[in-house]
Amino acid sequence: MNLGASLLEALESLSSNKVRTALTMLGIIIGVGAVIAMLAIGTGTKQAIVGEIEGIGTNLLFVATNYEDVTNPEPLTIRDAEALNDPVFAPSVAAAAPIVQGQAELTYASNGTTASLVGVTEDYSRVQTIELSEGEFFSSTQVNGLASAAILGTNVAEDLFERSEGLVGETVRVNGQPFRVVGILKKEGGSDFGSSTDDQILVPLTTAQARLLPRREHNQVDLIYVSAIDSDSVKSAEDEISLILRDRHNLKLAEDDFIILTQELFLDFASTVTGVFTIFLGGVAGISLLVGGIGIMNIMLVSVTERTKEIGLRKAVGAKKRDILTQFLIESSLLSVIGGAVGIVLGWILSLGVGRIAASSDFLLNPAITLNAVLLATLFSAAVGLFFGIYPANRAAQLEPIEALRSE
Amino acid sequence: MSKWVVDAENITKVYQMGEVEVHALRGISVKIAPGEVVAIMGPSGSGKSTLMNIMGCLDRPTSGEYSLNGESVANLSDDQLAEIRNRGVGFVFQSFNLLPRATALANVELPMRYAELNGRNRKEVSRQALEAVGLGDRIRHRPNELSGGEMQRVAIARALVNDPAIIMADEPTGNLDSKAGDEIMKLLRTLNEERGTTLIVVTHDPEIASLTDRIISLRDGRIKEDN
Ligand SMILES: Nc1ncnc2c1ncn2[C@@H]1O[C@H](COP(=O)(O)OP(=O)(O)OP(=O)(O)O)[C@@H](O)[C@H]1O
Ligand SMILES: [Mg+2]
Repeated sequence: MNLGASLLEALESLSSNKVRTALTMLGIIIGVGAVIAMLAIGTGTKQAIVGEIEGIGTNLLFVATNYEDVTNPEPLTIRDAEALNDPVFAPSVAAAAPIVQGQAELTYASNGTTASLVGVTEDYSRVQTIELSEGEFFSSTQVNGLASAAILGTNVAEDLFERSEGLVGETVRVNGQPFRVVGILKKEGGSDFGSSTDDQILVPLTTAQARLLPRREHNQVDLIYVSAIDSDSVKSAEDEISLILRDRHNLKLAEDDFIILTQELFLDFASTVTGVFTIFLGGVAGISLLVGGIGIMNIMLVSVTERTKEIGLRKAVGAKKRDILTQFLIESSLLSVIGGAVGIVLGWILSLGVGRIAASSDFLLNPAITLNAVLLATLFSAAVGLFFGIYPANRAAQLEPIEALRSE
Repeated sequence: MSKWVVDAENITKVYQMGEVEVHALRGISVKIAPGEVVAIMGPSGSGKSTLMNIMGCLDRPTSGEYSLNGESVANLSDDQLAEIRNRGVGFVFQSFNLLPRATALANVELPMRYAELNGRNRKEVSRQALEAVGLGDRIRHRPNELSGGEMQRVAIARALVNDPAIIMADEPTGNLDSKAGDEIMKLLRTLNEERGTTLIVVTHDPEIASLTDRIISLRDGRIKEDN
């Protein structure tokens, strides 16, 4: 029997009971729609996070004390950072900037706020993009001289002064101590995760160490930001940092008492997490597709029972098993493929909606419908139709012609 | 062409109903020559339909030898039997058995579709078959738009469309009034005369049986009379 005629006949048969066909398809539509939307959201989330991580700069490395694996680690110090800035032993390092960070209470007149305090050196601007809307970044003189100078993020400025302009020269109190405002950071806007520089206050590292965030050891820093000379040198920079710090900390055979994090590491981690997230979402949605498939099987079984006599007649006039099998398989596949196509459109609309909602709450997420997801959904729904159609179709094909003819 | 269209040798059919065996046919031997018009009669339950289903290759005998057009069916698969029915046998049923959603034309076309014949030819041949049964002006009608007699004519057109050697009709007039029944019988006879198609009719009606050349009477799964 030729395929065109069979398709036409299947369409006719499906359209002869439109409500039932529509309801059966609905299961597949919802299933495929959910798969498409969930995969799109997963992919969008991944892209947003990867974009964020890439935003910190491909050349950047972070060096921190390894409190996890080592019982008594030697803390990182300003001297360590200086050693990393040595172009002879660390030719791949462009700049190393140590920081300390913590919380601080800020007040101005009767206004007060809590901000995240970062103690930085003049090199900080070489490892992070620092843009000021007014004023100037710290000089080495200010850093060396323990100056009581502060650079404010715009949110901090707004909280204290109710404006973010014309503030250079004002004095704020940080944990009760007076600091002169020397600059205001440009507004960064919504950040997807972590804290934004809008909520930060920057002070010279030395000042912070001495007066605001005392550490166990003199000169101790929390973190050293290192930028490699280019993105290809990240690996060699990592090796150089490791050599220098192991030597300075006199580790000999002992384990590293510091850890070096690179963007690659974050990216790996993030893609693992978002990958699991995407698979999870897709899997949950896949279950609804499965349920849709069971709906198809159910309705096809009903259809076979209802049409037993018709099947008997077809067999009497010469239909072979294969003819009956394909007839029913075409019907179930049509149900799932048409349902799948509608589901793809539904999924697309759904993910656009989710994208809108995310955008309105400042979460930058562009749900991405990939060709892969569409192919996957199409293949999967066709497979569902075939798989769940096989049992009913086979039952129809195996009917004995007279038994079938005799049925009412 | 072999000497006999139907050649049954000591055929039995036993239905297993749980513990009980139902002997529907208890050793039937019958030969029917090409072009014969035969009636099968007998009381209800005597095995008429069972015999006809076996002769039409819809069913297999429990024991005995059966050949249709000289081909023994003993070792054929289900699909091979389907092919034999498709090419060699036209069925006409008491309850018409038309596809309810399909037009008269599409119903008549059905056997040709399973014969994998060319599409355009199919339509033309189907139309001619409908004309041959006097329904040339009803080809677009669906079964629910036809009378009982007309539906049976569509079924007859469907039965003859693959030009089978034999047409088997199981109480073809059973659902029709006597006038329509007469017309159906006349139509079947005409087809037999024009085309030489062998015709086997199962019937309760002596009137109908009188329009045939040979009457086989069954009782309890055996042939009681054959003349
Ligand atoms: N599928 C079956 N399972 C069990 N017994 C059956 C089956 N088909 C037929 N029989 C039995 O076989 C016997 C012959 O049945 P058959 O249908 O051939 O009778 P018939 O002569 O056509 O009767 P009627 O004139 O009422 O149509 C009956 O006793 C019937 O009960
Ligand atoms: Mg009967």
